[in-house]
Amino acid sequence: MAGMVPLLIGITIISFAIIHLSPGGPVELATSMDQRVTAQARQKLMHIYGLDKPLHIQYADWLLRLVRFDFGNSFLDGRKVLDKIVERLPITLLINILSLFLILIIAIPIGITSAIKANSFYDKFMTVFVFMGFAMPSFWLALLLMSFFGIQLHILPILGIKSLFFDELSLAGKILDVARHLILPVFVSCFVSLAAMSRYIKTNMMDVLHKDYIRTARAKGLSETKVIYKHALKNALLPVVTILGLSIPGLIGGSIITETVFSIPGMGRLAFEAVMARDYPVIMAELIISALLTLIGNLIADIAYSWADPRVRIGKRNV
Amino acid sequence: MIMLRIKNLKNYKLPIILAAFLFVISGCSQRTDFKNNSIITASIGDARTLIPILATDSASAEISSLLYNALVKYDKNINIVEDLAQGWDIQDGGLKIIFYLRKDVKWHDGAPFTAKDVEFTYKKLIDPGVRTAYSGDFEKIKEFNIIDDYTIELVYKEPHAPALSSWGMPIIPYHLLKDEDLNTTSYARNPIGTGPYKFKKWVTGEKIELVANPDYFEGAPLIKNYIYRVIADDASMFLELQAGGIDLMGLTPLQYKRQTNTLFFKKNFNKFRYPSFGYTYLGYNLKNDKFKDVRVRQALDYAVDKQEIINGVLLGMGRTATGPFVPESWAYNAGVALRPYDAQKAKELLAQAGWRDTNKDGWLDKDGHIFEFTIMVNQGNDLRQQAAQIIQRRLSQVGIKVKIKVVEWSVMITEFINKKQFEAVLMGWGLAREPDCFDIWHSSKTKEGEFNFISYKNDEVDQLLVEGRRIFDTKKRAKIYKRIHEILYEEQPYMFLWIADQLPIVDKRIKGIEVAPAGIYHDFIHWHIEKEND
Repeated sequence: MAGMVPLLIGITIISFAIIHLSPGGPVELATSMDQRVTAQARQKLMHIYGLDKPLHIQYADWLLRLVRFDFGNSFLDGRKVLDKIVERLPITLLINILSLFLILIIAIPIGITSAIKANSFYDKFMTVFVFMGFAMPSFWLALLLMSFFGIQLHILPILGIKSLFFDELSLAGKILDVARHLILPVFVSCFVSLAAMSRYIKTNMMDVLHKDYIRTARAKGLSETKVIYKHALKNALLPVVTILGLSIPGLIGGSIITETVFSIPGMGRLAFEAVMARDYPVIMAELIISALLTLIGNLIADIAYSWADPRVRIGKRNV
Repeated sequence: MIMLRIKNLKNYKLPIILAAFLFVISGCSQRTDFKNNSIITASIGDARTLIPILATDSASAEISSLLYNALVKYDKNINIVEDLAQGWDIQDGGLKIIFYLRKDVKWHDGAPFTAKDVEFTYKKLIDPGVRTAYSGDFEKIKEFNIIDDYTIELVYKEPHAPALSSWGMPIIPYHLLKDEDLNTTSYARNPIGTGPYKFKKWVTGEKIELVANPDYFEGAPLIKNYIYRVIADDASMFLELQAGGIDLMGLTPLQYKRQTNTLFFKKNFNKFRYPSFGYTYLGYNLKNDKFKDVRVRQALDYAVDKQEIINGVLLGMGRTATGPFVPESWAYNAGVALRPYDAQKAKELLAQAGWRDTNKDGWLDKDGHIFEFTIMVNQGNDLRQQAAQIIQRRLSQVGIKVKIKVVEWSVMITEFINKKQFEAVLMGWGLAREPDCFDIWHSSKTKEGEFNFISYKNDEVDQLLVEGRRIFDTKKRAKIYKRIHEILYEEQPYMFLWIADQLPIVDKRIKGIEVAPAGIYHDFIHWHIEKEND
């Protein structure tokens, strides 16, 4: 735990340096090749943003604000960075949690059944299926689905998270409206990430199925269902705990491509736009939040793992 | 616990549930009379701030133009006309401008608009603590005097003809902003203007809603609701147009010529086409020895077929350019004739300048060096990259080796253009209605970050540019700029490539759209909707 603070400071120093040393800057991006903007006016803007100070002073200023939980104001619109993030977080969280949930409930059965029927036609079919999703460019899939469901069939909205007349709807209507909008983005982000999870579970499951205690279980005369779901699955799913822990920072990350194609104002687009405009305060805030969440995610994964797997606890005691 | 969840799942039912879900929710399609009084437009990017003097992005400027007014504006024929000012006097040879303001204008909250608001806007523009990028024009003012509530007198340090059009800057309200820090105020997302539309709602990254101002001094706009949607992706925007979610968008040449030529589009949409205010060019770094000889630059111009580029890259949706003005401008010199494509002539001129293929390797050389240079293009601009490739091919036919370097925009500007570390660059200028182009062509504007980055220097042009700023009479100014146009085409500091067309598409139910030299938006408040029943 205590080791996290220096680690975090190290991360901020490196991120800050990389971001500020990368060529181009917010002022040039906003005003370059605009005849109405004089070179002096650009100098003035640099001064207002504090970009004319030496880098280490800028970093110290930033860090001093940070310890007071002040991420500063965005260069683009002058708003508080925290406000901008808080405004965008819910929709990204919603989509990511839904799609993570969907990934789990689809990938786990695929992984298990593929392991049981390894090398069968079913297994091969599933391999092709999940890798199709993995290999497919998500923007392409998204556009195809939008075109098919939105324009050909005209049954689903294709963009955003709410209809334009959202405010006029009843509560049930509102929920339905958001749900309709979520179908395609959640499906796309789920489909393209099925491969990793299902393959992971399949490999684990196959490992476990060859273990001695499974043979013992079978030798005891337990039914195959019991062997697989009670003895094998429990152990095969252990590493999933780690993956879930590590996916915590991803939950707030948001997918730039999905969010852009579906025009969803989430964290991914916020980060992308900030990077493209060199909006340093927003970029730094996003980096530090995801660094923090990665560290916390690791910690949670460790704790959860030792809770779920007695071997880890006992092993540690023995050392 | 984990096991329990998995056990309960038994989950091959899932696809069925999903399908049922899809069926249920797809049953309800909402269609209100919403469309009968609303226009929906879309933009790639969200607005950043609705304080117009701070905004540098086009989305903010577009919304601001509906919320606010300036003292002057341009009419459909690109003449300066009254807006918040009902008239003006130019005295002392242009040193003094007196604006007479309209007395019937009210802010959206009911407060009257007065000279105080203009003074406030001016003070904020020149305030070094306000993050506005547009202080340049206003720092030329020596004195700002309020004569009475509706008359202001401006004294300039020297006569400055572009000053008049600089008052196309929207005016912001004194009574609401006097105690606010403009850089951070929440007003930026909740603005009060004088314009034809009032601010209603802003959902970040999603949409901005405006509603017609019934008390607008030129009469209430005919379309009640204006909705500006943010659609971050071009392809998605085009799909949404087909799905009926937006009424208006700008098309690419490909979309205009091919993808919208179906029956569906002809039945539901009107397409418009008019020239944009701006041009694309290939700029040479004139500090580079290769480009110092005017014959070389003329030869390059002869060697590239501009119409071919327009046909290939813009699918014909553009026009050739002969100088730094567009044909709609009074500064444009129609007497400047386009150099025809003539590779032979190009070779002759190059030979005169000493570039010959002495070692028969196919490339021209001089003093042992072959003629090769790099064209720099910014990343993400496919049209410019394609144009660079066509230029590359054409120049190779006269024996000039061209390389193309694609660089991210901000890197290109800061590391290469501003530092003059380039040989040739393919870029564009968006033009204001005012033809003054002192900053681009005057030899004093070559410092780092200034706009004469090609280091062009011509004494006559320098002098004409200064003169053009001091004279207010349009006829006399026109003479000056026509001469500048002529010289620049003769001298070829840029290879002028094209003026692209604007290609908006608008839903057919929206009527009253008139194409004029200024485009289609000049009369937006008189657009109206043909009601449909369904």
